[in-house]
Amino acid sequence: MVNSAQVGDWALNARMPLDLAACPDCDLLQRIPRLGPGDRAACARCGRGLAKRPSGSKDRSLALTIAALIAFTVANAVPLMVLKVAGRFASTTIVGGAYEMWEQGQRVISVLVGFCAVFAPAGYLSLMLVLLLAARRSPVPDWAGELLRWVSHLQVWSMLEVVMLGILVALIKIAQLATVDPGIGMYAFGATVLLIPAIMVSFDARGLWLRVKWSAAPR
Amino acid sequence: MSCESCHLLSRPASAEEPGFCARCGEKLEFRRRASIETTWALVIAAAVCYIPANVLPVLDTTTPTGSEPDTIMGGVIFLYTSGSWPLALVVLIASVMIPLGKLASLAYLLITIQTGSVKNSEERTRLYRMVVFIGRWSMLDVFVDTFTVALVQLQPLMSVAPGRGVLFFAAVVVLTMLAAESLDPRLIWDSTTKREPIHG
Repeated sequence: MVNSAQVGDWALNARMPLDLAACPDCDLLQRIPRLGPGDRAACARCGRGLAKRPSGSKDRSLALTIAALIAFTVANAVPLMVLKVAGRFASTTIVGGAYEMWEQGQRVISVLVGFCAVFAPAGYLSLMLVLLLAARRSPVPDWAGELLRWVSHLQVWSMLEVVMLGILVALIKIAQLATVDPGIGMYAFGATVLLIPAIMVSFDARGLWLRVKWSAAPR
Repeated sequence: MSCESCHLLSRPASAEEPGFCARCGEKLEFRRRASIETTWALVIAAAVCYIPANVLPVLDTTTPTGSEPDTIMGGVIFLYTSGSWPLALVVLIASVMIPLGKLASLAYLLITIQTGSVKNSEERTRLYRMVVFIGRWSMLDVFVDTFTVALVQLQPLMSVAPGRGVLFFAAVVVLTMLAAESLDPRLIWDSTTKREPIHG
């Protein structure tokens, strides 16, 4: 149960200007000015990005997210490449890579790869999709705020660019004794790797926070 | 102070018990809980794992002539001697230098915070951001191993199995990533504003 004395005065807080922010990196209180399209506000003391107003339309993030989800599904569904050595063939998907580690007894690594290469990116993209669809409503429902929190956590562990480089290095090592044919999965994967940073650039998280209508009663 | 979750600025109810965010209900904290202790614990654990990660082999290649284990450095040298020195450099940076750099940087940040240093706060904040950003790239070798193992299962001609070291290596990467997440960068600036950071 929350003691009302413990909750900051809601009325007082509601009067606190919304353009006032504390830098998450150095805690400096500063006012964020009104931003034009393409503008970016950075902390006056430590330079951390505080707010931005993307120049593209609001629908751009949504379109990019849908494209990335399709590309990522394809990347996981079909083999990434086909290997040919001495008349024998080998191919794999990302999940197949994690699975083989499991089979080889490296269970922890298998789960870790599955998480960083499949679950976290898929989770990030799916939650972003739901979030962006919810953001079209006005005011934005409060569960969207929760979702935004989860999205930032998943973003940390979604490392598709590293996976991509890892696959390429492995392929180059193997290419010395085999011929490698990249498959559709590889191109789809590459597309996803390019789309995700584009989504992050086009998404204005702070703008969304300000529009979320939290339930007025404190929990 | 601002809410960690929804970034609403609120007046704390009191210095010891800041209370709950009036907007989203999340518990308010001045600084990330036990930031320094947690980060040290994770850094030390990662440093301990760093030794087996490099001493134990990460890949075992089996051909009809026999089985050949390879450590991380062994892999780098193999890439270099077989002509792909750019790759050798990439793996060297991602698997050896970045983890060492992260451990050293985190230790440096922790020590300068605890000694109350006010110098170079801006550079230290940038160092922190760099550690957070670059952390994921040391996962590279884990993925290289995973896909090498997945593809080279061509018994009896050649097959590759993961070595015992790869688990420790993954541990180093994960632990340093968690350590970077647990360190509150605002602590760097607390000595400048002459405020005692509140732990726990």
